[in-house]
Amino acid sequence: MTAITDRQKLAYANAQAADGRVNIEFETDQGMTLNMGPQHPATHGTLRVIVKLDGEQVIDCEPVMGYMHRGYEKLTEVRTYPQVTTLVNRIDWLGSFANEVPFILAAEKLMDVQAPPRAQWIRTILFELSRLGNVSLFVGDMALHIGAISAAFYALRDREFVLNQIEAATGGRFHPNFDRIGGLKDDLPKGWIADTKACMNKIRDFCDEMETLVEGNEIFQARTRGIGVIPADIALQFGLSGANLRASGIDWDLRRDQPVGLAWNEVDWNVITHPDGDSFARFWVRLQEIRESTSIIDQLLDGLPSGPIMAKVPRIIKVPEGEAWVATENPLGEMGYYVVSKGDLGPFRTKIRTASFNNLSILPWVCRGVLVPDVVTILASLYFILGDIDR
Amino acid sequence: MTPLSSPEIAETAGTAVEETPAEVDELRQAVVAELTAELGEQLVGSHIRNGDDIWVRVTREAWRETGIVLRDRGGFKAFEFLSVIDWLPSPFGKNEDSPTDAPPEISSEIKTGYAGGDTRFQVFARVHSLPRKLGITIKVDVPEEDLAVDSWLPVYAGVNWHEREAHEMFGVSFNGHPHLVKLYLPGDFEGFPLRKTFPLLARHVKPWPGIVDVEPMPADPAAEGDEPATDEPATDGAATEASPDAEATE
Repeated sequence: MTAITDRQKLAYANAQAADGRVNIEFETDQGMTLNMGPQHPATHGTLRVIVKLDGEQVIDCEPVMGYMHRGYEKLTEVRTYPQVTTLVNRIDWLGSFANEVPFILAAEKLMDVQAPPRAQWIRTILFELSRLGNVSLFVGDMALHIGAISAAFYALRDREFVLNQIEAATGGRFHPNFDRIGGLKDDLPKGWIADTKACMNKIRDFCDEMETLVEGNEIFQARTRGIGVIPADIALQFGLSGANLRASGIDWDLRRDQPVGLAWNEVDWNVITHPDGDSFARFWVRLQEIRESTSIIDQLLDGLPSGPIMAKVPRIIKVPEGEAWVATENPLGEMGYYVVSKGDLGPFRTKIRTASFNNLSILPWVCRGVLVPDVVTILASLYFILGDIDR
Repeated sequence: MTPLSSPEIAETAGTAVEETPAEVDELRQAVVAELTAELGEQLVGSHIRNGDDIWVRVTREAWRETGIVLRDRGGFKAFEFLSVIDWLPSPFGKNEDSPTDAPPEISSEIKTGYAGGDTRFQVFARVHSLPRKLGITIKVDVPEEDLAVDSWLPVYAGVNWHEREAHEMFGVSFNGHPHLVKLYLPGDFEGFPLRKTFPLLARHVKPWPGIVDVEPMPADPAAEGDEPATDEPATDGAATEASPDAEATE
């Protein structure tokens, strides 16, 4: 068990507000058991974490989930392929469009259909917009969990601009259901490109604001630096992905390393990594990725090819027999679908690999030996959406 | 307003997609060759889709060893997921058929996918390699009378929750897993929801909404003159049911 440093004590002193949110359930002879959730604000939904304590230090913790398990893997077996996108929209509800894309790509792979270039580019743009909508909320949310309330309001304000753009293009703020096998439902509306570029400028300003408001904040740094360190090999073993993996110094991004036909390889951008692997690194990587995303969207808007948005696909979609795995770099990390088809109208079996499920499974490992308020920091910095865990 | 793409961009995009299969195919062949060298007889099936993916099937005894070989010698250090496939066709169909029609014929023939298989249940897992930039799907047959394989917990720590999920959803045990309790479901839940034999009760209680609204199409006035046999609109349910019967007897 690690010794408590002075800095950790200071961090604890700064965390009274966070500590107040933890409700004490009962006390036993061997230490104490705390019950966080299922309505805890740091749990993004309904996650319950049972924490065993020795004084202020966590001996062990166990996340309890399933409060909103919806059985999507079973439901996909009684739906047709186009109907499944409606379901998977609800997995990570902050970045809905990004959930549709890998499923549609898996079906296209089995059918040997390729969407036309314009559709792929618009898919990529909407994918990155959903990343902005998701991760910009994280930046405010993480500060909120640590006790800085105002940052969350800035995040909600600026996220609204992104949601407006998604709504203008797709018709849905949260659940676009816009992706089709072979292309997209519709083309972009008039004036959308200019509006989106203006929106990207606002998001870049938001990043500057967050850097001065949150990242440079002394209390924020004290609460996050050196807290919840995940070494690179452990991160890989647990199957961490996305910004959590890159914050442990691993240069791995599916957008660059496993191209699935979308347009990321057509533009210049960087994979952001951080060597520390602590909560601060995870925050920093995500904040920088927002910036990269705005740059990706700007370049894609400039080079958007013209042409059709829909490939020739039959009206009633039957997917040939086979198995396909497609994973993409979603806002929360690697999300993939393993689709087994038997040549029917709907999938025979769909395994949905979500990022948050693997990302959260490291929580018991990383929480051992930390202080109570740091559990909140770690939960916030791992960043999960309960819909992404409970599927 | 929309800037037109230069033809070069479209061209490079097209060639990039076409080039990759031939290039990475050798990489994937090499992975299978390596595994065959390490496992020998224990590797019972493999399938490669050029430029896309690898599937291998190993014996139940070699399941954990395969994981160790992949992690330590193959460089597949990153774990992605573990789950189970139930290859039995669902005895309930899709529950999308009309409640009045006879249920469709459902075969109970078990037909497995890539890399073959002999049993109804198959555990499958996926790992990937960062330096090689490719992933691999490993399958193992699990006989129905003894639904158990060795746990991968000593190999990939992240498999913990995946095995717990597979255990509660399919009833497959993982030997050596220290805490194989329910992850999502309540503790007293009975049955294994993701098995094909587990009915999706919501569909049985209430018919699929798209089906109950279906009414016979009104006769097309243009086609009416051409087809004198079917121009009589059905007035009640008995008439619609009688006509297909009459046709069948003829």
